[in-house]
Amino acid sequence: MSSAGYSRQVSLPHALPDSSPASLRAFLLGLPGVDEVGAVSRAAMLGTRSIKNDTKAWAIDTAISMVDLTTLEGMDTVGKVRALCAKALRPDPTDATAPSVAAVCVYGDLAGVAREAVGDGLHVAAVATAFPSGRASLDVKLIDTKEAVAAGADEIDMVIDRGAFLSGEYARVFDEIVAVKQACGHAHLKVILETGELRTLDNVRRASWLAMLAGADFIKTSTGKVTPAATPPVTLVMLEAVRDFEAATGRRIGVKAAGGIRTSKDAIKYLVLVKETAGDPWLTPDLFRFGASTLLNDLLLQRQRLATGHYSGPDYVTID
Amino acid sequence: MTFEYAPAPESRSVVNIAARYGLFIDGSFVESSSGATFPTINPATEEVLSEVAEAGADDVDRAVRAARRAYEEVWGRMPGRDRAKYLFRIARLIQERSRELAVLESLDNGKPIRESRDVDLPLVAAHFFYHAGWADKLGHAGHGPDPQPLGVAAQVIPWNFPLLMLAWKIAPALACGNTVVLKPAETTPLTALLFAEICQQADLPPGVVNIITGAGETGRLLVEHPGVDKVAFTGSTEVGKTILRSLAGSSKRLTLELGGKAANIVFDDAPIDEAVEGVVNGIYFNQGHVCCAGSRLLVQESIADEIVDALKRRLGTLRLGDPLDKNTDIGAINSSEQLARIAALVSSGEAEGAERWSAPCDIPERGWWFPPTVFTGVTQAHRIAREEIFGPVLSVLTFRTPDEAIEKANNTPYGLSAGIWTEKGSRILWMAERLRAGVIWANTFNRFDPTSPFGGYKESGFGREGGIQGLGAYLTKEVTR
Repeated sequence: MSSAGYSRQVSLPHALPDSSPASLRAFLLGLPGVDEVGAVSRAAMLGTRSIKNDTKAWAIDTAISMVDLTTLEGMDTVGKVRALCAKALRPDPTDATAPSVAAVCVYGDLAGVAREAVGDGLHVAAVATAFPSGRASLDVKLIDTKEAVAAGADEIDMVIDRGAFLSGEYARVFDEIVAVKQACGHAHLKVILETGELRTLDNVRRASWLAMLAGADFIKTSTGKVTPAATPPVTLVMLEAVRDFEAATGRRIGVKAAGGIRTSKDAIKYLVLVKETAGDPWLTPDLFRFGASTLLNDLLLQRQRLATGHYSGPDYVTID
Repeated sequence: MTFEYAPAPESRSVVNIAARYGLFIDGSFVESSSGATFPTINPATEEVLSEVAEAGADDVDRAVRAARRAYEEVWGRMPGRDRAKYLFRIARLIQERSRELAVLESLDNGKPIRESRDVDLPLVAAHFFYHAGWADKLGHAGHGPDPQPLGVAAQVIPWNFPLLMLAWKIAPALACGNTVVLKPAETTPLTALLFAEICQQADLPPGVVNIITGAGETGRLLVEHPGVDKVAFTGSTEVGKTILRSLAGSSKRLTLELGGKAANIVFDDAPIDEAVEGVVNGIYFNQGHVCCAGSRLLVQESIADEIVDALKRRLGTLRLGDPLDKNTDIGAINSSEQLARIAALVSSGEAEGAERWSAPCDIPERGWWFPPTVFTGVTQAHRIAREEIFGPVLSVLTFRTPDEAIEKANNTPYGLSAGIWTEKGSRILWMAERLRAGVIWANTFNRFDPTSPFGGYKESGFGREGGIQGLGAYLTKEVTR
C-alpha cells in the first residue's frame, strides 16, 4: 500500500476475494481505511438527533423488539434462565401491549431450558465456540455449536479467534467461521468480532468483511466480557460494512450491538445510527439487535412514562 | 409506522426580540439621527423580525468619536490584566446566554440550530476566552516587548456567521487595547445587538464597543471615516477591493478576509466514508455560506465514480427545513438576493454543460431554500469552478496525479483554504507545502479554533485572525497615545 501508484479495486462486486489466504489478505488490506477522528465525530453528530413524541414511542417499542435478552454468567441456573424467558415473552406484566423481545441469549448448556420455556414464541440464541475467549480447538468449537443447536438454539453467537486475526491469519478465521456456519445447520449465525480486542476501526472494518464473506448472518460487536463493548463509532463502521456488502452482493447482513448499552436514550441513538447509515430496511429485529440485560428495564420505564406521563420507578419493572 | 423524526423545534420563547432597535453608541442604544430604519427578516419564513436603525454619516461620526474618547481616556491606557477581566466576563455571559444567542442566530440567519448551538456559540465563547488570556501577555506574543494598540478599529462583518465574525473581530481588538465600531451585515444584525446588551451587562466602559447597523453605505462611511486607525473587513472580494482602493494613501491599517473557492482533494487511498462526510461538511455546512467552503471537489479519477455515488447517497439523508428544528441539517438561504445569485450560477453550470444533481428533498413553501446540489463533469473553465457561489453547490472535478491536483487546486484567483484526504502522512505534508491557501485541513474540513490563524492568499485577502498571528493585526511597535 506504500507506492504512490497503488490504487484500490473500485468496484467491489467484481473484486470479492476467493477463500485463499492471499486473496483474502489482499482484499481485507485493500479496504478503504477508517479515519477514527472522522468516524467518532460522525457518530457523535448522529447522537444529537432529537427523537420526540410518536417517534420516541415507536423507537422504544422497536428497540424492545430488537433485544436479545441475555444472561451469560457462570452462576446461571435453570431457574434464572426460566425467569429470563418469562420476562422475554412478556417484558411488562402490567401492559400486554408491550412487545416481546427478539430472543433470549444463554450459554449452550442452557439452550434446552430456554427453548422449553419460550416454546416457538421467541428465538433462542446460544453462545458457542468456547465463548468468550474462543481459545479451544476447532473440534471443541464445532461440538459446542452442534450441541447448542441440538438442544434447541436457532441462533448461534460465535466468537472469532482474535489471536489469529491479529496475527494476520485471516484465512484461518475465515475457515473457522465457514465450519461453524456448516455446523449450525438451519440456525442463524452471529459472528462476534470482540471489537474491544481488535482495537482499531480499520480492524473492525476488516473483521466485518471477513465474517460476512465467510457466511455470517449477523455481525456482532462484543461478548460483553471485554471493555469497551459496543460503541457508536464501532457500530457505525459495522453498519457501513453491511451497507457496502449489500451493494456488492445483494445480501443483507444483520448487526448486533452488544454490551454497554443500558439506557433508552443510548438505544435510540443506535437506531438513529442504523437509519442514517445502513438505512430503513435494517430497522427490524431480523437485521438489528441489541445484546443487553439491563437495557430492557429502562426501555420499559420510558415506555410507561410515555403512556402515563410520569416516571414510575425501578420497583414497577421486574428484576429477573 | 417508520422511523420519521417528529418535529423537535427549539423554543423561540428563550429570546425576546424588540420591535425596534437603535444604534449602540457610547454604551447606550440611540436612534439614528435621520430616524431611518430597515427590516431584518427571518429567511425561513420571510417574517419581519424587527426594525433596525440605519446609521448615516452623523451616526458614524458619533460612534467613531465615542470610540476615540473611550480609547484615549479608558481602554487604551487600562492595564491588560483589567481588560482581561472584562473579556472573561463577556465570555462567561456568552456561555450563560448561549441558548438565547443560538436561537436568535438561527432566526435571523437561517442556519440550523444544531450548528448555531454546537459550532457557532462554543467558538464565539472560545474566542473571547482565548483573547482574554492574551490581554496581559501581549509582550510575549512575538510582536515586540511592549506592543501598543492601534486606536479605533472599524470592523465590517458578513451575514454568514454573524456572531462568530463579531467575536473574531472584537475579541482580539479589545484584548490588544483598541476600541471598536462594528457594523454587522444588514440581513443579520440581531445577535450583534444582543451582544451590545451583553457589553452593558458586563459593565464594559461606554464607547469601547459601538455597534452601528446599516447596509453598504453605512459600511463605506465607517471605513472611510478619518477618525479610524484600523479597518478589518470580512466579506466579498468585490467590496474588499473597493475598501482597499478607498484606503490607499491613508495611514489606516487594513486586514481583509474575502472570498474563496477551496479545493477539497480526495486521493484514492483516502478513508472513503470519512472523506465523503468531510466533503459534505465542507460545502453543505451552513448552506455553503462559508468563505472557506470546499466548493470544488478534486477527486482522483480512479475513485471518482465511487465517491460521487457515495456522496449522492449521503446527500439523500440530509434534512432540509426549519432551522430551529434540532434535526435539521440544511437551513434557509440567508436572503432572496443570495438565492438569486446561487440560482444564476447554477443555471450557468447547466448552460455550460456540467451535469447537475440535486438531493431530492421537499422545499418549504415560504422562505428561501436551495437543495444540496452536485455538479459533475465540471472543467476548470466553467464559471461554477471559478466563481464563488456561496451556496450549497459542489463542483466535482477529477485529477490523475498529485501534481495535477496541486495545479488545479491553485488555479484560482482565491486562496483561502484547502482540504487533503489521504491516509499517507508524507503526501499530506508534500501537498501542504505546495497549496497556496491560508488554511489547509488534512482528513477533516471546516474545523476552527481560536488558537489557529485564519486568512487568505491572493484575492482571498490578507492578514490573519486568531492565534498569535491574529494579534498582530491590532498591535504596533510604535507609540500611539
